Amino acid sequence: MHLHGIDYVVIVLYCVFVLGVGLALKRGMHTSVDFFLSGRRISAWVTGLAFLSANLGALEVLGMAASGAKYGMLTSHFYWVGAIPAMIFVALFMMPFYYGSRARSVPEYLRLRFDEKTRAFNAFTFAVMTLLASGINLYAMAIVFKLMIGWSIHSTILLSAAVVLVYTGLGGLTSSIYNEVLQFFLIVFGILPLTLLGWQEGGGWSGLAARLPAGFSHTWSNLGSAGENPMGVGWFGLVAGLGFVLSFGYWCTDFLVVQRAMAARDMAAAQKTPLIAAFPKMLFPFLVIVPGMVAWAVLPREEFLVNGKIEYNLALPLLLARYYPPGMLGVGITALLASFMSGMAGNVTAFNTVWTYDIYQSYLRRNAPDAHYLTMGRIATVSGVALSIAAAYLALQFHNIMDYLQLIFSFVNAPLFATFLLGMFWKRATSDGAFFGLAAGTLTAAAHYLATARGWVTYASEMAANFDRAIYAWTACFVLTIAISLCTRPRPEAELAGLVYSLTERPSYRRLPWLNRPGTFAVLAAVLMVLLNWIYR
Amino acid sequence: MSDSSPGLDVRWPIGLLFTAVGALLALYGALHGGPAGLGAMGSNLNLWWGLVMLLFGLGMIAVAWRAHQDGQ
Repeated sequence: MHLHGIDYVVIVLYCVFVLGVGLALKRGMHTSVDFFLSGRRISAWVTGLAFLSANLGALEVLGMAASGAKYGMLTSHFYWVGAIPAMIFVALFMMPFYYGSRARSVPEYLRLRFDEKTRAFNAFTFAVMTLLASGINLYAMAIVFKLMIGWSIHSTILLSAAVVLVYTGLGGLTSSIYNEVLQFFLIVFGILPLTLLGWQEGGGWSGLAARLPAGFSHTWSNLGSAGENPMGVGWFGLVAGLGFVLSFGYWCTDFLVVQRAMAARDMAAAQKTPLIAAFPKMLFPFLVIVPGMVAWAVLPREEFLVNGKIEYNLALPLLLARYYPPGMLGVGITALLASFMSGMAGNVTAFNTVWTYDIYQSYLRRNAPDAHYLTMGRIATVSGVALSIAAAYLALQFHNIMDYLQLIFSFVNAPLFATFLLGMFWKRATSDGAFFGLAAGTLTAAAHYLATARGWVTYASEMAANFDRAIYAWTACFVLTIAISLCTRPRPEAELAGLVYSLTERPSYRRLPWLNRPGTFAVLAAVLMVLLNWIYR
Repeated sequence: MSDSSPGLDVRWPIGLLFTAVGALLALYGALHGGPAGLGAMGSNLNLWWGLVMLLFGLGMIAVAWRAHQDGQ
């Protein structure tokens, strides 16, 4: 792929706008709450789109297209099973505690509900995990742009890190959220023509289905057992592993996404944040998976070959090269660039919040004036970016180590969801139960990983192993937390008001017109989700 | 959709960026044409999609402008 002058004009225009937004927002950053939580002033549609985009990295866009080329519509389970139910759940049942408790972060909620050690465990694992994710994202970005358009790895890493540093350092979380919204629209406008043109060339849905392997146009028909489909997963692993543990673990407890809802202006907006995100999320398979299927249907196999091996990750770049003239190509590349950069910005802003509130303020310097923490937030932003760059270079040097680390950390969230579920809905859950349950769940995941890596336990596919590992880790944490809680002394109920479901007043939305209530949004989202699963069964 | 901004309404930068990029693309497409053989839209993607982006950008600006007027 070769970029022309006009493409560079589009890319530069985007960068100028992003920096301008950071500069314009700097005026409003007076307190640490402005910087870390956007002063809790943002309306639901903005936090909703940011909630969605925080998860819409370029790796996801490229990876989902690759998976579309490899597995077809089976991939849409990552959306219709693996995201929407959890998004509805976090909105209706968990947001009242996150937002209502006035906790400033997910680890801080854990301290309010349980104790210091559970918070410390979560804060440290999250901080390390986030920086690692940020570095890997940066590394992947450099590799993708090197392969696609031949940009130098070093300049891609350093330049994009510099842009992210400037805009998050100036405008904090608001900058990050605004750029996520901008990125959402860039991705939609930058990728949608691929689906439209591909649909046309492929001859519509029936035309595409006829050109693709059997089963590519179905989501549920081949899930009776692991052997029937190319993913190697059965319906139980899919629903329990992906749909329940992994998906709820991510959408309900990961501070990166929850932070967006915490920035909302009131409880109704906080609850609507994941629900507003759910609608576009449901339609994303048509934006990111269908192009992958199109690529597999219309392009000759040779184009996917790299050193004699099929490389599915080329699906989206190949389509970009096929359909986009100079100009539009610039928009497509900018969309990918934007989602890489906002992915990194999201990680950095989540990191600086957890670092400043949950580590620095809690363990290093307790009672400093607010201005001190605002300055610390900016220092944490610079350090976060620097450490991300370091992690990116580490990934560049030692691919395998990073793969392992990423995999292990991807299971931090799985047991965590059991801790939250019990913490929020069972007032008897104790802090010792939570801490040791969480530790045991994490160790279970690590042990299971070791067992599969050594070949003691084998699976039809990596994905099937991941789903099972999540189920084991969650179950270990769930069972152990209950067992230990029953043997230890619970906290007095008076201390748990606002933190546990049965001891908290439910928010009432009678004053809102019924169409504007979170409950209505949730019912609509659920109906649409069931409908999509049914249509593409 | 009320004013959504601490200091800056996000619809301004979205509207302005899409207006600028859309106009640029449409103009470029009108001057250069496009490859043949990709159907009606694909044959001059820059022109058609540029116009779509331009319209979207102007729409965002209009909404931001109205919110700004209401807020005054």
